[in-house]
Amino acid sequence: MKVVLRNPRRELDVDGPITVTALLQRLELNPESVLVIAGDELVPKDARLDDATIVEIRPVISGGAGGAP
Amino acid sequence: VKCRVCRGPAVIDIRRHNAAFCGDHFVHHCQEQVRRALKDHGMVQPGERVLVAVSGGKDSLALWDLLTDLGCAADGLYLGLGIGEYSGASGHHARAYASERGLKLHEVDLGADLGFTVPAAAAATRRAPCGACGLSKRHLFNTFALDHGYDVVATGHNLDDEAAVLLGNVLRWETGYLGRQHPVLAAAPGFARKVKPLYRVGEREMAAYCVVRGIDYQVEECPMAAGNRHLGFKEVLNALEDRSPGAKAAFFFGFLERGHPRFTEESAGERDALTPCAQCGAPTPGEVCAFCQLRARASGVPVETPLVVIPRHIEED
Repeated sequence: MKVVLRNPRRELDVDGPITVTALLQRLELNPESVLVIAGDELVPKDARLDDATIVEIRPVISGGAGGAP
Repeated sequence: VKCRVCRGPAVIDIRRHNAAFCGDHFVHHCQEQVRRALKDHGMVQPGERVLVAVSGGKDSLALWDLLTDLGCAADGLYLGLGIGEYSGASGHHARAYASERGLKLHEVDLGADLGFTVPAAAAATRRAPCGACGLSKRHLFNTFALDHGYDVVATGHNLDDEAAVLLGNVLRWETGYLGRQHPVLAAAPGFARKVKPLYRVGEREMAAYCVVRGIDYQVEECPMAAGNRHLGFKEVLNALEDRSPGAKAAFFFGFLERGHPRFTEESAGERDALTPCAQCGAPTPGEVCAFCQLRARASGVPVETPLVVIPRHIEED
C-alpha cells in the first residue's frame, strides 16, 4: 500500500494487509503523535488496511509560540 | 473497536478516556469537553463578544467551530506573520473557513501594518523567532480586543500545549508564569479576559475533530518552529503518555487543582505593579513595553513613532 507521510511530505510502500497499530510500530511512530487516514476516513488502531488503500499518516503536534501564558 | 455510545464502528480511540467514538459521538464528546471548560471557569457570559485568535491551524479553526456551534458570538482575528509560503497558506485556510461559514474574520498583517515580520524580528533581536511571534500575538490580540469592543480573547491552546508549557515552567521554576498559567486570565486594566476553552482536549483530538468535521486546516508545521523547546517538551510528554495513558491530563489537571493556587499571589503582585507603556498604553513593568521595543528594533522605526493599525475586514457600524 502507499503510505503518505507529512512534514516533510514523502511516500513509502508498505506490504498489506496490516493493522494501524502494526503499521505505526513498523514505522516507529508514537500513536499519540499522529492520525491515520485511509482514503478520506479517519481509522482507529485496530482497522485493517489492505494493499489497495492509500494511507495518510498525519502528524498532530504543532506549536511555536509556547512559553509565557 | 466500537463507539462507546452507539456501538457503531469507531473512527478514533482515546486511550486516556479508555474509549472510542464514531464521528458523530466524537464531535459530541469534543463539544461536551468545551462546554464543561466554559461552564467550570465562567469563560464567556451571555451576550459577551468573543475574539478568536485564528492561525489557520487545527486548534484555532476547531475552537472557532466549537464556540460557534455552542452559541458564542465569536469573530476571528488572523495575524499575518510574514513567514513566507507558510503564512500565505495559513491565511488562505483561515479566510476559506470564515468565508464558507459566513463568519467575520479580521486581519492584521505585521509587515504591511506594523513594518516588520517575525523573521525580521528574530534577526534583529538575535533571539528565537517563537519568542517574537508569541510576544506579537499576545500584544496584538489583546490590543485588538480592547480597541474593538470584544470582552474575551479565546485561544486554541489544547491540553498538550498546556502540559508542555507547564513542563517548561516547572523545569525552570518560573513561579510568575506558573501563577498565570490557567484556563482563564481575568480582565484587568489594559487586559481583556483571556480564555483557553480547549484545555480539556488533546492535540490529537483536535486534529481528528477537523478531519471528521471536514475543516481544511494548515497541516504543515511552521518552518521557524522546527526543533524548538516547546515541541521537544511535547515529544517527551507523548512518550510518557504512550507508556502511561492519562499522564498529560493528570499532570496539568493536578497542577490546576493543587499547584496553581500556590503561585497566584506572586503573579497577582506582578500584575498590580504594571503601568501604561509610554508609547502604546499597554501595561508594562518598564517605561516602554516589550512589543514597542521589538517593533522599533525589527522595523528600524524609532520607538517614539505612534502605532496605528488599521485592520482589514472591519464592518463599520
